[in-house]
Amino acid sequence: MELQTLTFIVVGATFALYIGIAFWARASTTSEFYVAGAGIHPVANGMATAADWMSAASFISMAGLIAFFGYGGSVFLMGWTGGYVLLAMLLAPYLRKYGKFTVPEFIGDRYYSKLARIVAVLCLIVASVTYVIGQMKGIGVAFSRFLEVGYDMGLVVGMGIVFIYAVMGGMKGITYTQIAQYCVLITAYTIPAIFISLNLTGNPIPQIGLGSMMVGTDTYLLDRLDQVVTELGFNQYTTTSRLGTLNTFVYTLSLMIGTAGLPHVIIRFFTVPKVSDARVSAGWALVFITLLYTTAPGVAAMARLNLHETIHPAGGEELVYEQRPDWFRKWETTGLLKFEDKNGDGRITYNADPKTNEMVKVDRDIMVLANPEIAGLPNWVIALVAAGGLAAALSTAAGLLLAIASSISHDLLKGVFKPEINEKQELLASRIAMAGAIGLAGYLGFNPPDFAAGTVALAFGLAASSIFPALMMGVYFKRINKEGAIAGMIAGITITLLYVFQHKGIMFISSTSYLGDMSPNWFLGIEPNAFGAVGALINFAVAFTVSMMTAAPPDHIQHLVEDIRIPAGASSASSH
Amino acid sequence: MADSENRKAYWRANLKLTAISLAVWFTISYLAGIVFVEQLNTIHLGGYKLGFWFAQQGSMYGFVIIIFVYARRMAAIDRKYGVHD
Repeated sequence: MELQTLTFIVVGATFALYIGIAFWARASTTSEFYVAGAGIHPVANGMATAADWMSAASFISMAGLIAFFGYGGSVFLMGWTGGYVLLAMLLAPYLRKYGKFTVPEFIGDRYYSKLARIVAVLCLIVASVTYVIGQMKGIGVAFSRFLEVGYDMGLVVGMGIVFIYAVMGGMKGITYTQIAQYCVLITAYTIPAIFISLNLTGNPIPQIGLGSMMVGTDTYLLDRLDQVVTELGFNQYTTTSRLGTLNTFVYTLSLMIGTAGLPHVIIRFFTVPKVSDARVSAGWALVFITLLYTTAPGVAAMARLNLHETIHPAGGEELVYEQRPDWFRKWETTGLLKFEDKNGDGRITYNADPKTNEMVKVDRDIMVLANPEIAGLPNWVIALVAAGGLAAALSTAAGLLLAIASSISHDLLKGVFKPEINEKQELLASRIAMAGAIGLAGYLGFNPPDFAAGTVALAFGLAASSIFPALMMGVYFKRINKEGAIAGMIAGITITLLYVFQHKGIMFISSTSYLGDMSPNWFLGIEPNAFGAVGALINFAVAFTVSMMTAAPPDHIQHLVEDIRIPAGASSASSH
Repeated sequence: MADSENRKAYWRANLKLTAISLAVWFTISYLAGIVFVEQLNTIHLGGYKLGFWFAQQGSMYGFVIIIFVYARRMAAIDRKYGVHD
């Protein structure tokens, strides 16, 4: 069957499944809408969390980053998984014990301040909205590339699907769709990886294949890759770090703290029945995430090797341009691969020297998207990759939209402006907020602001420098009071934003950057994307100093902190 | 009073376990994968340089194990101090 038709069938079938789940899992109470009635099994929640977490960036871009940075790409692997250890131990069980619906709600109660709650809502909305723009773009791109319908059309279809299950089902609908989406995306990711590993190393498990010898030789795959890339003048694959040890260290830490502080991930742990379930569920989430994340390095290295061996086989001649394989032609038409015959010999020269290199564009995203074609896999696998990329983008978008909608209807409306509304009205408000959030995200997807590319870093920076420290101090340090928490959050965000804007331009308009985006100007050589950890440190320092200089929190807050530290009595938040 | 002492002892046990777990977390990622990566790279694990393996494989397996061990031990501590849910 033709690829186009097959892709429509596979993607259509997955969409039908998501909509079917939406009708089955409708939400009828606010508790179901915000936290799925706190009745999700910890393994199921782990799976939903994994889909919630793994975005279009994890699915499509991460392996490409690793393929081109080699060891330097490890920051993403460690950073985006290590945060779950922090989440499982420092936040999830205590926030679950508190038993409320949103992250700002906890901050507002713990710091007995509506202002703290509003500051938290603002951080959450900025972090989530910037993050959701990337997902919307991912949906539009996946549609236009695989189904050859327009970007705009793709976006509308994607929004429509999310609208149906997120507005009807809230967290309950989103949870069950995310479970289905995880199954789709992990299958789509691992099948090509297994075949490629089998082709190159004879071992079907990419995690082991990456450390194995090439088929029919006694050379290890990674040694071969190091040799191939260094001969062409590229950095050695297995040892080159991106910007030095300190930057790698701080970047990894920022991603970990940011991961643990992202509200759309944290609220997933409000859906399990018990405190002990929250701990176990974080473990399961990481199992499901690690399945993809430990496969990615194999995909990265093998795709990079395949690419080089296709263009210039070891011991052979450079590829004649006219004899390039079909996948090469196909990706050229998308503009993601570009060849320019600089020396006019009709052959492809691919090396690290910008003067003689003729592969003038090799987009990193190709590594995952073209993988099945490079490995010569059947069309249904390629169709599956399209469905997998869409599942990754849709599941993350839905989780983010719920975090935004619930902070508007529950924190701002019910919590601050109109506390008198009843549950039915609040449920309606949350549905309207959800529809509004989808509309906003769609609008930003159609008109991506100039700063879209830099925004995911901003989301992590904000989560790391504001939300994580406020939550952690709220549990671990009874002495932190409202003055300290608010001053700390504002200081953390301000310093992170100033540093990012200083080097990247105000709101990412580069002409307004007052210190250029150049490494000599970086503080201790730390790149702007990695600055969240420094912001977090400043948040902690300011919060402690200010708290010590002002009055201790009232007694009932100290009791509240003591109470959330104990798992017993999880269902009732007010046992005192 | 007894209840309050019990709670304090429970919290101390929790903090101790958390500190140990975080030490392991730090060692397998920041130390093995970043700070001492060059030294570990002189050792090989099949085709993997050991430091590279920690950075792209081992740290992640370790994180999973840390969380499950923590969850199990915590459940035992919850029961020991009678504060389980």
